[in-house]
Amino acid sequence: MKTDRRIPFVIRFLSATGRRGWIALSVFALVTCVLLPAAHLWLPNGHPLHVSDYVITLGGKVMCYAIVAVAMDLIWGFTGILSLGHGVFFALGGYAFGMYLMRGIGQDGVYHSALPDFMVFLDWKAFPWYWQGTDHFLYAVLLVLVAPALLAFVFGFFAFRSRIKGVYFSIITQALTFAFMLLFFRNETGFGGNNGFTDFKRILGYSITAPQTRVTLFALTALMLMFTLVLGRYLVKSKFGRVLAAIRDAESRVMFLGYNPLWYKLFIWTLSAMLCAVAGALYVPQVGIINPSEMSPANSIELAIWVAVGGRGTLIGPALGAFIVNLSKSWFTVAFPEYWLFFLGLLFVLVTLFLPQGVVGLWQRLRARSGR
Amino acid sequence: MILRTLLTLLWLAGMFVSPAQAALDPALVKQLNADDTDQKILAIKQLALTADADTTRVLQALANDALLIDGDRVIRMDGERAYDAVTGQEISPLPETAATLVINNRVRGELATTLAALKLFVPNRDQRLAAAKELEDNADPFFIPILDRALAQERDPEIKDLVAQARALIALKSPDPAKRLAAVKILGESDNPSLKVRLIALTDPAKEPDERVRIAAKTSLRALNARLTLGENIERIFSGLSLGSVLLLAALGLAITYGVMGVINMAHGELLMVGAYATYIVQTLFRHYFPGALDWYVVAAVPVAFFSAALAGIILERTVIRWLYGRPLETLLATWGLSLILIQAARVIFGPQNLAVANPSWMSGGVQLMSNVVLPWNRIIIIGFALFVLALVWVLLNRTRLGLFVRAVTQNRAMAGCVGVPTGRIDTLAFGLGAGIAGLGGVALSQIANVGPDMGQGYIVDSFMVVVLGGVGQLAGAVWAALGLGIASKFLEGWVGAVIAKIVVLAFIIVFIQKRPQGLFALKGRFVEN
Repeated sequence: MKTDRRIPFVIRFLSATGRRGWIALSVFALVTCVLLPAAHLWLPNGHPLHVSDYVITLGGKVMCYAIVAVAMDLIWGFTGILSLGHGVFFALGGYAFGMYLMRGIGQDGVYHSALPDFMVFLDWKAFPWYWQGTDHFLYAVLLVLVAPALLAFVFGFFAFRSRIKGVYFSIITQALTFAFMLLFFRNETGFGGNNGFTDFKRILGYSITAPQTRVTLFALTALMLMFTLVLGRYLVKSKFGRVLAAIRDAESRVMFLGYNPLWYKLFIWTLSAMLCAVAGALYVPQVGIINPSEMSPANSIELAIWVAVGGRGTLIGPALGAFIVNLSKSWFTVAFPEYWLFFLGLLFVLVTLFLPQGVVGLWQRLRARSGR
Repeated sequence: MILRTLLTLLWLAGMFVSPAQAALDPALVKQLNADDTDQKILAIKQLALTADADTTRVLQALANDALLIDGDRVIRMDGERAYDAVTGQEISPLPETAATLVINNRVRGELATTLAALKLFVPNRDQRLAAAKELEDNADPFFIPILDRALAQERDPEIKDLVAQARALIALKSPDPAKRLAAVKILGESDNPSLKVRLIALTDPAKEPDERVRIAAKTSLRALNARLTLGENIERIFSGLSLGSVLLLAALGLAITYGVMGVINMAHGELLMVGAYATYIVQTLFRHYFPGALDWYVVAAVPVAFFSAALAGIILERTVIRWLYGRPLETLLATWGLSLILIQAARVIFGPQNLAVANPSWMSGGVQLMSNVVLPWNRIIIIGFALFVLALVWVLLNRTRLGLFVRAVTQNRAMAGCVGVPTGRIDTLAFGLGAGIAGLGGVALSQIANVGPDMGQGYIVDSFMVVVLGGVGQLAGAVWAALGLGIASKFLEGWVGAVIAKIVVLAFIIVFIQKRPQGLFALKGRFVEN
């Protein structure tokens, strides 16, 4: 351990991901930050290798989901806490950044007022206190990070302190996101009601629909996904991560050994919420809308199935799971809209019954068998 | 005043003498044909003062354009036959010269009110009640004697109160402060919300010169408000009980399955849906094959819903849940998947729209408790039904062998297995039982809510909250928690609105679990987690 301390943090942080991991990440970075943007920007529309708007938007969206899935895996796969309310953190991040984008509309709204259209519509005269200062980009980013983290910290503190766990915790988080959804649906709470925030025009002065802006956001999301993976790897490999795994496997024993699980759980829970919030903030400018349905309990449960499909307790698994489920969702809802829910339901059942380790577990099992 | 008193005395005398053929005043009857509208109306009112069957007949005939005039004689038509309006003797043949007595709209309006006042004397109670209600809105000083007489005759306290109110409303216009004072005091005994405005007006010095009347109006207003608040509270408690009983029906089954197996069945709401759709199917079958007994389809639906939901539950348990024991979080996800499949199946089979499940006639309508409190029959019956199901479950759990086994497995699965309880089969049966109870809840829901594919979704969080609050495996806990949650949320809804109420309840439960993680009624005993 002593030798460990002398190595600078950055090196320790980066070296937690092995060489093969870095190779994979480099390839991913090359594709998402160089090849796809280039193919989108510079290849003409009819070119066979041209990447369309649709692909860029869908890819950006799915990468946001992948960040959420990895964040979810940190608490479910590695700490054994199943949250059915992670949608609330995602949406809070989205709302916080969405307000910045709303104010970026300026006077170009339908009513040509400095206030967002929905506020003019409801006859509000000024911004409520919680939206003060959201016209500054940096403050909005701060809000994205702090507001969901605060909620997660307070909620987690009370929940973990009284050792609520298992299905109790799951259902309570579901109630949490449900309550927030109801709150955000109200017009008088200042979150735009049913419609939420939409109709964005520009971000940091750049047009939000310009291909360059889209591609930048896409690349940023990819970088954020990579950062999340590297951070996850570092946490999981550290001593901290081992305590988390111990809490997952035998919490009482961890307590008997003199650890207080409260702070471990609270840290990873809050971190996971912050990662979700960042994903939400990246999601909103790319998709162009945030509304309370993002907080519906059904959405949050769907997050869990991404993780389960990919493989809990692995970091790359949940990201893969998010890709698999969401790409098949985009395909299904166009090809067989009637059957999407059947497929999703079956996925829940079959994955829990037959693939407890997800796709990654299946891959490892197959490799172990062929290697024997 | 003297004239009125005299008139009153007059009909009292008339009543005592012979109400049967106390002939109508011929002059008044003839006045009905006066050229002047005011004269006509005056005649109608004067005639009404006698308030007997003959008058009613004549005035009714006038309203129906069945009163003819032939020279000096007034003829009342009854179908094809003609009678002398005054004497009641039959006239045949009908004189050729007879012509219909024509009245204008103003007369018609006055006539309608007058007839309503006269209806206060019909034998049918409902008609009298309706008449009393109508009079409240169209009070005319002229009716005071009629109302007084109705008050003297009336035996039904409800109608009596209404008539007294109507009379007091008329008396409010009286120039005599003493009469107004008496009227205000009478109004204070009513529970009619529409009187509030009148009383508030009387507390205003600009409108009411007499101070004593103003003070009395304030007192009456306070009494009225108190009574209205009481009514509102009764209504809230009742709707809370009603919500609580629905929650109880939804939560009972969940409490059993959660208690026995420690798994949350997220498809529980969809088992409610299965029960509701079963009710719909039974209704459709009855409509086709036994239209005569359609009113009783709900009774037939109860066992059908129970067994279809129980069957669905047993299939779910055998095919999926059984394989996930010891992995509660995965069970949560798998059952969520099952609920998605069931919802989509319902959508494909029955269509995405809500289906019409009608209340049978004996469940529609309600009991009027106060003028602002009506307790609907369907909700009363559902409260009774919930009690019935509760009793059934209690007997099953505490008085049968199956119940004994279920309780044993709930308390200590390993030990129960060791002494020979077939835990696997008990799991299946308990799951079937819980699902069946959810099906019964579905029957109840179909009577008060929409039947549609999404109907079960809203109940899973609420019913789990009941289980959490009440404690696992405890019927008493579930009952108290369901009723408490129901009543509390209805009161909160009244104060802060439905959404905030929901949020407050959720926040309360989160705080509550801090203090009592095992629920209100925890099982006593020592155990090690995991």
